[in-house]
Amino acid sequence: MKKKIVFKEKYISYLIIVVMFAAAVVMIRTGTASRKLQSWLVPICINIILAVSLNLTVGFLGELTLGHAGFMSVGAYAGCIFSQAVQNVMPAAVRFPLAILVGGLSAALFSVIIGVPVLRLKGDYLAIVTLAFGEIVKSIIINLNITGGAAGLRGTPQDSNYIWAFALTLVTVVVITNLTESGQGRAIKAIRDNRIAAEASGIDVTYYRLMAFVIAAFFAGVAGVLYGHNYSITSAGTFDYNKSIEILVLVVLGGLGSIRGSIIAATLLYILPEVLRDLQDYRMIIYSVVLILIMIINSSEQFSSVKELLDIRKAFRKLFSEKQKGEALNDQE
Amino acid sequence: MIRNNDVKMVPLPSNAIVPERDVDKPPVLSVHQLGIDFGGLTAVDNFNFIMGRTEIGGLIGPNGAGKTTVFNLLTNVYQPTRGTILLDGVNTSGKSVSQVSRMGIARTFQNIRLFDRMSVIDNVKIGLHNRYDSNLLSSVLHTPGYFRHEKQADEKAMELLSFFDMQDYAQHDAGSLPYGAQRRIEIVRALATEPKVLLLDEPAAGMNPSETEELAENIRRIRDTFGIAIVLIEHDMNLVMGVCEGIAVLNYGRIIAKGTPDEIKSNPDVIEAYLGKQEDR
Ligand SMILES: Nc1ncnc2c1ncn2[C@@H]1O[C@H](COP(=O)(O)OP(=O)(O)OP(=O)(O)O)[C@@H](O)[C@H]1O
Ligand SMILES: [Mg+2]
Repeated sequence: MKKKIVFKEKYISYLIIVVMFAAAVVMIRTGTASRKLQSWLVPICINIILAVSLNLTVGFLGELTLGHAGFMSVGAYAGCIFSQAVQNVMPAAVRFPLAILVGGLSAALFSVIIGVPVLRLKGDYLAIVTLAFGEIVKSIIINLNITGGAAGLRGTPQDSNYIWAFALTLVTVVVITNLTESGQGRAIKAIRDNRIAAEASGIDVTYYRLMAFVIAAFFAGVAGVLYGHNYSITSAGTFDYNKSIEILVLVVLGGLGSIRGSIIAATLLYILPEVLRDLQDYRMIIYSVVLILIMIINSSEQFSSVKELLDIRKAFRKLFSEKQKGEALNDQE
Repeated sequence: MIRNNDVKMVPLPSNAIVPERDVDKPPVLSVHQLGIDFGGLTAVDNFNFIMGRTEIGGLIGPNGAGKTTVFNLLTNVYQPTRGTILLDGVNTSGKSVSQVSRMGIARTFQNIRLFDRMSVIDNVKIGLHNRYDSNLLSSVLHTPGYFRHEKQADEKAMELLSFFDMQDYAQHDAGSLPYGAQRRIEIVRALATEPKVLLLDEPAAGMNPSETEELAENIRRIRDTFGIAIVLIEHDMNLVMGVCEGIAVLNYGRIIAKGTPDEIKSNPDVIEAYLGKQEDR
């Protein structure tokens, strides 16, 4: 019974992405999508990849990291520099997937370098270290020549498009969903729930913490490559501390450990400020009010009952599981 | 009523005692001169302990005597200041907690430690983790091999849960269950790691007499079915005297008495440790 529900939830996540993609294709083909709307597609996908991957560390592993933008920038610069180097040797269709791999693996490599010393420690050192990492990466990029320094990196081929973006988003969501359902995902969640018991049950805690951290960084790097190939200039300032916090907000609003929630939050919170752009003066005020409202709705008791009423499927499940629990308890007597 | 054992305990050359049926086999656990200091405080000292392969042993003593600390030493949560631990003849010194678990020591905790937000069956599957899990690639791709492993783990987990009549709880969140059920899930999860030695830290705490009686039968059933050794820390003397074959009594971190339940019951040092000196009473 439970199995079916798990499956359903995961397919809803996939469906959201496929439907968004289908809608984009139809609107672009029929010419109903404005230029502005088209320009949103890649950034929305980037946002989803960032939020879903960060959810793996923050939601499933239960470790606060504040350097997701740092891994994104490592991926962006590695991917862009690679694409520029091979620009005249390879066609875009070969170059871009390779750039994605280069960017993802570079970010993963950095996460190993940070993760190996830090994740074997018992305390919550990861937040501090990843925060510092993001800032250090930023200063290094600003001070190097190969990255274009403070002026930013120009001349990257514009290989990103919405088809690639949606494909990579789907890959990210499928990989992370499958991972969290598997034995590895179980180990990761067990460490979150009770590290000491996980260790005593034979789980190699450092290994699985590292696994979650590195996979999340890989996808942050992929998002960075998409980003770097979508704009004519990549500048280090984009990937600062604020960007990391912004991604964290998406994860928290969507719900820790909820992949579907991350997808929805990442989409809505990209669209909202864009739509509000016309109301220049009030934009940030409305945006903050909406954020606060979502926070309250997500956390308050009264609202959660309203939310449950709206979520029919969940209501059914609750009804069902309570009935079952009742029976189980009766059996116990 | 918890029924008593009728087992003959025989001395080894080291003058530890083990059940007669285990005497020809090498002991599963052999602890020599174990000790640990926390700063200036010597929490455990001079701890010598032998467990027969299928023995049910008891570790008792007043609050703060160092019983849980001994379990933490046996599972390498703490590094001992002195002494050695041989698990089935292998020194566990320098191994990590998870390695020791894989070598064959499983435990439950005095304060229940479950994976609260995971289902009961997933809690048990964590115990099975090192036997049934597929590699990262097949997990991420959900290959046929992945589904096969999951199915095997599910079946094994259900089998273990049904051993305690817990199969109906399988899909519930572990954290939502009543206390007694949580204690049992902890034991199932520990058994899932296929231990040679099972350490139970106050498993009867918070249980009523009938639950405790059921626990006593379950402890015997575990030993008979899985053929493993069990060490029991418990304050409930009926339980300890009923199920344990050999008992060690700790006071201020040192063993003050060892023997069969009958010997322990009549030992003046033990009575003094529990009730205070004659003139204090
Ligand atoms: N990590 C530690 N650091 C410092 N002191 C400790 C530590 N762990 C245990 N102790 C001390 O060691 C002594 C023994 O504690 P322990 O928990 O082993 O007792 P216990 O016999 O299990 O008692 P209880 O029956 O109350 O569970 C206590 O004085 C305790 O304060
Ligand atoms: Mg204790």
